[in-house]
Amino acid sequence: MSSRIPIVPENTIPLPSLKANNGLLSWVASVDHKQIGIMYLIITLVYFLLGGLEALLIRVQLAHPGNDFLTPETYNQLFTMHGTTMIFFVVMPFLIGVGVYLLPLMIGARDMAFPRLNALSFWLFFFGGILLYYSFFTQSGAPDVGWFAYAPLSEKPFSLNKGPTYWALGLLASGIGSVASGLNNVVTILTMRTPGMTMRRIPLFVWMMLVTSLLLVFVIPIITAAFAMMLLDSLLGATFFTPAHGGSAILWQHFFWGFGHPEVYILILPAFGIISEVIPVFSRKPIYGYEFVAASTVAIGLLSLGVWAHHMFAVGLGNVANAYFSLASMLIAIPTGIKVLNWVATMWGGRINFATPMLFATAFIIEFVIGGLTGVAIASVPIDWVVTDSYFIVAHFHYAIFGGSVFAIFAGVYYWFPKFTGRMLSETLGKWHFWLTVIGFNMTFFIQHFLGVMGMPRRTYTYYDMPYWGSMNLISTIGAMILGLSVIVFVWNILASLRHGKPAGDNPWNAWTLEWATTSPAAVENFELVPPVRGRRPLWDLAYPDMPDEPGAKIV
Amino acid sequence: MANNRMIVGFFIASESIFFLMLILAYVNFHGSVTDGPTAANSLNPVVTGIFSLFLFASSFTIWLAGKSLRNKNHLMLKVWILATIVLGAVFIFGQGLEWSGLIEKNITISRNVFGTTFFTLTGFHGFHVCVGLIMLSLLLGLALAGDFKGPKSDAVECISLYWHFVDGVWVVVFSVIYLWAFL
Repeated sequence: MSSRIPIVPENTIPLPSLKANNGLLSWVASVDHKQIGIMYLIITLVYFLLGGLEALLIRVQLAHPGNDFLTPETYNQLFTMHGTTMIFFVVMPFLIGVGVYLLPLMIGARDMAFPRLNALSFWLFFFGGILLYYSFFTQSGAPDVGWFAYAPLSEKPFSLNKGPTYWALGLLASGIGSVASGLNNVVTILTMRTPGMTMRRIPLFVWMMLVTSLLLVFVIPIITAAFAMMLLDSLLGATFFTPAHGGSAILWQHFFWGFGHPEVYILILPAFGIISEVIPVFSRKPIYGYEFVAASTVAIGLLSLGVWAHHMFAVGLGNVANAYFSLASMLIAIPTGIKVLNWVATMWGGRINFATPMLFATAFIIEFVIGGLTGVAIASVPIDWVVTDSYFIVAHFHYAIFGGSVFAIFAGVYYWFPKFTGRMLSETLGKWHFWLTVIGFNMTFFIQHFLGVMGMPRRTYTYYDMPYWGSMNLISTIGAMILGLSVIVFVWNILASLRHGKPAGDNPWNAWTLEWATTSPAAVENFELVPPVRGRRPLWDLAYPDMPDEPGAKIV
Repeated sequence: MANNRMIVGFFIASESIFFLMLILAYVNFHGSVTDGPTAANSLNPVVTGIFSLFLFASSFTIWLAGKSLRNKNHLMLKVWILATIVLGAVFIFGQGLEWSGLIEKNITISRNVFGTTFFTLTGFHGFHVCVGLIMLSLLLGLALAGDFKGPKSDAVECISLYWHFVDGVWVVVFSVIYLWAFL
């Protein structure tokens, strides 16, 4: 048998550096999935800081009633850009980028199926973001109509500035890049697996990326078409979404949410994948119910296509439509609950090691379940009618997207940073980061549930001095500042660990999937020799040839 | 490799959703035009139908091109690719005639929702035909340079898949716009 049991803790491969090789050109011209993946991660970190700064400005403005720190116009631009940035230029490209880095390694491939297409996806994302942010430098300013850009507010004569046009063009470009990523991922997963790596043995992260990629392929064209129509409206005087000229504003809502709801599953499914990798490794047990985790993902992917109008209960679509969309939305709680059960069952009786990745993964389960419970609540039409467009909704989706996706992203960063760079992130700073994040996040957003029930509307730049509103908003703002502090700790940890971090070795967590069988950072050719795959945990089978996962897989 | 055909298959599926949205927009506004131009009072189904036949015929010729390659008949490969390009170009010429006729009558994308949805749907289809013509021209250039030895070529197969798709979309678009208004 081949003996590639990873034991050598010495870091032989230099860190990725702009000074190495041919400098910047070796990155710009790269079609290597690892370099492209790292470029995704660096750019999303920049956008994370920008989007976070926008959020802090919003919270400062809301710190007390009647504040005039920001003008209403600036406030509208900031919450639009905050939402757009965090969804399209942080969470989505981070998950795509980490997938681009890991997918070929996890399935034992040399690269993606289409390396040049991979580079094209990245650069479309890169320039799409620049197009969006360039709007800040134009005379009319950034888009200011929300991340959903409801027509006719986003169109003439209500929006005479160019902001929404930059918004649609930037997202159109990066969206085409996302479709290309989705296509590339699907073909890579289906055709590039190493011998033995059957669809029932691929890591769950790969399963989640497969479903996510199929969603990208089938869902992004919905919004691409809608963006094209919106641009035709604003640039050529077409009348798709202008009721005054025979168009339909509701049509935009259907198109936008037809994309927008599956989009939130594009944001969360790969996060589920990260959690499904981290929890078994740090519980020292194989995942409980692999088939159920994979199949429930497929179920979520399919259900997500048929629930979009639960964002539109306030429109008045009629009782039949409301009842259907309400029930269909509640159904999603079942496959999601199955996953939570599986993660908890994996931890049950395990030897849990609460290193930073596991801390974030455990907190993910709790925060995400809170977001899921409020989600089931507002899937009920009468409750939605009461709290829609209030801070209850803001609290709900931040628990899903920050408490869910972003917590999982942090877990993933701490888990795979050693693989990306060859060095460990500091555990001390990691624990500071974790606790500041948990305290700051819950302080910011939990209280917003109550503000919402008390009737505080979202998307308004200030509010009247109603009983308790001022003090509750101040608590939320202080929480946001703590969250800001946690991000500084996080960035400090990355920068310090890149220089002085402990050398990681190939497999610092004693993990079992194939990305840990190669050097850290992964060598240019990925693997000198791909270990044999005879089960779901190839490195376990290698280390314990007498106790393989699958009984028939004993290596003789 | 199967990779290339697989990604083109998924790409076509993705594109189908894109066209589905444009068609849904057209269907959504079909009954809502109360005055001004509509499909029934401003389009000519016979002329467009004749030009459509050229596009449908081009699906046949690209299939013959692939068949010639499988038989290692390199001359006929070039002839049939050229025929496909000519047939596609005639279709685009017909669409240009139709558009300029409508615009002369002041029926434009900004006139009403019929104009908006009609020009968007046929325009995006025409754009796809033009992209196909560019790819077919590249294919012809490569064929003239002797790139395709046969019996198989992913480039020929993938581009003909795409071309069949563009054709298939027109079957739906023609039915929805022209046949629905006149039958």
